Amino acid sequence: MTQVLNEQHIYVAQLRELSVGIGKKLTIAGLELALFRQDNDEVLAVENRCPHKGGVLSDGIVSGEHVFCPMHDWKIDLRKGEAVAPDVGCVKTYDVSIIDDGVYLLMD
Amino acid sequence: MLKQKIILIGNGMAGVRTLEEIIKKDPNKFEITVFGEEPHPNYNRILLSSVLQGDASIDSIVLNSYEWYEENQIELFTGDTVVKVDTKSQTVISQNGISRHYDQLIFATGSNPFMLPLPGADKEGVIAFRNIKDCETMIDTAKNYKKAAVIGGGLLGLEAARGLLNLDMEVEVIHIADYLMERQLDDQAGRMLKEELEEQGMKFRLNAHTERLTGKKRVDGVLFKDGSKLDADLVVMAVGIKPNVALAKEAGLETNRAIVVNDYMQTSVQNVYAVGECAEHSGIVYGLVAPLYEQGKALAEHICANDTLIEPGYQGSIVYTQLKVSGVDVFSAGRFQDGEKTKSIRVHDEFEGIFKKVVVEDNKVIGAVLFGDTSDSPRLLTMMRNGQDISKMSKVAILPSENESDEKESVVVAMADSETICGCNGVSKGDIVKAINEQGLTTVDQVKACTNASRSCGGCKPLVAELLSVTTGEEASSQKEPICGCSDLSHEEVAAEIRDKGLNYVREVMNVLGWTTENGCSKCRPAVNYYLGLNNPIEYEDDSTSKFVNERLHANIQNDGTFSVVPRMYGGVTNSEQLRKIADVADKYQVPLLKVTGGQRIDLLGIAKEDLPKVWTDLGMRSGYAYGKSIRTVKTCVGENFCRFGTQDSIGLGIQIEKKYEGLSTPHKVKMAVSACPRNCAESGIKDIGIVGVEGAWEIYVGGNGGVDLRSAELFAKVHTDQEVLDTISSFLQFYREDARYLERTSHWVERVGLDHIKKALENEEKRAQLIERVELALTKQQDPWSDVLESKDKQESLYEKKEVEVTN
Ligand SMILES: Cc1cc2nc3c(=O)[nH]c(=O)nc-3n(C[C@H](O)[C@H](O)[C@H](O)COP(=O)(O)OP(=O)(O)OC[C@H]3O[C@@H](n4cnc5c(N)ncnc54)[C@H](O)[C@@H]3O)c2cc1C
Ligand code: SF4
Ligand code: FES
Repeated sequence: MTQVLNEQHIYVAQLRELSVGIGKKLTIAGLELALFRQDNDEVLAVENRCPHKGGVLSDGIVSGEHVFCPMHDWKIDLRKGEAVAPDVGCVKTYDVSIIDDGVYLLMD
Repeated sequence: MLKQKIILIGNGMAGVRTLEEIIKKDPNKFEITVFGEEPHPNYNRILLSSVLQGDASIDSIVLNSYEWYEENQIELFTGDTVVKVDTKSQTVISQNGISRHYDQLIFATGSNPFMLPLPGADKEGVIAFRNIKDCETMIDTAKNYKKAAVIGGGLLGLEAARGLLNLDMEVEVIHIADYLMERQLDDQAGRMLKEELEEQGMKFRLNAHTERLTGKKRVDGVLFKDGSKLDADLVVMAVGIKPNVALAKEAGLETNRAIVVNDYMQTSVQNVYAVGECAEHSGIVYGLVAPLYEQGKALAEHICANDTLIEPGYQGSIVYTQLKVSGVDVFSAGRFQDGEKTKSIRVHDEFEGIFKKVVVEDNKVIGAVLFGDTSDSPRLLTMMRNGQDISKMSKVAILPSENESDEKESVVVAMADSETICGCNGVSKGDIVKAINEQGLTTVDQVKACTNASRSCGGCKPLVAELLSVTTGEEASSQKEPICGCSDLSHEEVAAEIRDKGLNYVREVMNVLGWTTENGCSKCRPAVNYYLGLNNPIEYEDDSTSKFVNERLHANIQNDGTFSVVPRMYGGVTNSEQLRKIADVADKYQVPLLKVTGGQRIDLLGIAKEDLPKVWTDLGMRSGYAYGKSIRTVKTCVGENFCRFGTQDSIGLGIQIEKKYEGLSTPHKVKMAVSACPRNCAESGIKDIGIVGVEGAWEIYVGGNGGVDLRSAELFAKVHTDQEVLDTISSFLQFYREDARYLERTSHWVERVGLDHIKKALENEEKRAQLIERVELALTKQQDPWSDVLESKDKQESLYEKKEVEVTN
């Protein structure tokens, strides 16, 4: 399927396909991302690899704007993409917009 | 009158302890200034090992916070080294240019780690293990590197090595002698220690002579004299310490190996004292806290007495040590090597891994080594301190734990009031009992705050807890630990509030009980979810967002993000049809590895998450629960139908048990086994619940663990019929479900509350019946989670499906 809105906004899912509190794994153009729907229907998107040892973040326990990596329990701030102290490291974050219940990713 | 002015150089353990003693005696007599080279308030150096091993945080090892200095009006300069002392004008000058006049000056500058002068020792990645900074370097290094070498197989080296293992590094300990801890142990105990640590994953190179460290800017290996090589990205040197005396020497104090002091800690210069590792008394420099604290006390007494010499002053100390590595109990004290005039009492039990040696000279105990069981250590120390004549004593009186009769009294009961419980801080049994009674203390933390007992190395904590329970008559309630950082409430309190207030949702619990975070964390959410289900097994709707991935997806996550699937095989018994199905599935999904587990099941490893529902459909078997905090497997031996020794049908009973409790959620995983005779081929002795058949009866063991904290199970009951076995399991399990904290294995729970507590609770017929009823109720709700998922399109979509988006322009 071709999923292009304009050059940068790519349609990836319907909002209802995502549930609050459970990450969703997404592969797009060879990249693996994790989507997290928030209470207020905002969606946060990050690269799906923990900065520690590459744990799959979409499988972690979600706590609002944070996810706890399922491998060794690092806590990752999904908005900033940073590991919460004392751990250090960061994952790439992606901008997301919601248009008419469609989830669009902003890619460079 | 103008206050006298004390200056302390060195903000470490001995120096600040001296100040504490002075303030305790005479809070207003002195004006005090402290200079410390490290940028921290006074912390517990001993517990750096625990920080490294992941059992404590750096914040939690601070002994006296900045507020303490303020409250006691102590002027504190941290991160500022004293660079000059002028004993004529009585002034000190710091690196930052601060200058102060003193009436009394205390040197407590500790020691520097001794770095072997090897070529390459100055490379990046070569460090010591001495302070917070070293500890942080190791934690950071472990994030990017894999291989560590520790030079030195003494106390410090082994504690560092254990910490590095916990940080997921591979560790090899390089030691020059032919057995470990040769200064504290004899060869027998040293070898047992090595075996034990090897089992924990540590590697050793004994009799090894290091030639140089290799690498460009950063170290990459160790080269030995015999030409062999070891790769290492981090080298920790833990070969000894050197008293830090440069400043004292420059100031003209008499030094030998360290600053020479008399029985009042006075140096060769008037009004200047030294305590701690930088001081040498009667030719001895001590490197352990207990003696340093004794010195501090003597010095405080002397300073507060206005310089009059109060007899007897400091008289030297008996040193003893304990290794702080979990799962290994080692204790050594005094002179423990055999000599011409010595005789020794030895106990060596190779089955239990226990070694004890008590060295006696002139009818007095002068040294001891205990390995595997150190419960006699307080008693031996007291005998050594008092120089007790043991010629008329029996072995059991010297080593009370060798008392094999059933009525083993708690060690603390047998202790005299004057016997020391906490050696580091010199707190006797009498002091503690008095504080408990007079101030109504109920937790170990309170005892610690009031008496200082167990405030340093923590080795005596179990004794303090025991003394607390003996004195108050309450069951061992150790200190209150909050469930996690999101709440001040303990596990017990949260569970009780859920019960009392009839709470029904995870969010509700967090709101009603005043959580400090909005959404909780990975520690509290699973626990709360468990307590909610326990309280209302029928109606509670499990919150899958509060579950760890393994339980949420009913499969085990692997390090590459794939999952492993373990189908149910009751009692470890299978047949050709099941095996054929498993083989077909393995082919169809190209399962990279098939493996028989320790619990006698077949594990299909390397399945993609989105394939899980399909794999389950094709298998058509029930979930084996190899992933849950729940009843796992019941391992069985072959038993009476086939084995020449079997006296009972272990397979039959195992299957019956597994079918009955299948899927029941528990605070942590629960493993069981049934063996048909004491040869124990199913390893019932290290299971949470292990059953062993004997002629005409079953013995039931509980609280065993074959994991990190290896622990053998204890005999709980002996019964005659299968039904009695099931009833015993039901009541024990349900009591565990209700009484233990979430994520507490039966082994830890049994150790914490004591087997007697459990036995007593289950003796009551009525209570037993109620427990059995409650577990039956919970069991009615059990459903196979795999078929549950297969029936729900929703669950498959939200939990297992992955989105794929193709992009073209
Ligand atoms: C990892 C580890 C584990 C240990 N485990 C145990 C154990 O289990 N049991 C036990 O009994 N002991 C143990 N020890 C030993 C114990 O910690 C020491 O014996 C004790 O801390 C020594 O106290 P101290 O006050 O003499 O020296 P320190 O606590 O080292 O304090 C000296 C302080 O003086 C500062 N200083 C030095 N020179 C200057 C200067 N010129 N100006 C200002 N400040 C200066 C230093 O920075 C240092 O902070 C352990 C040690 C380590 C490192
Ligand atoms: S435990 Fe006893 S009965 Fe069971 S297989 Fe082993 S030897 Fe045979
Ligand atoms: S891989 Fe994420 S915490 Fe280790």
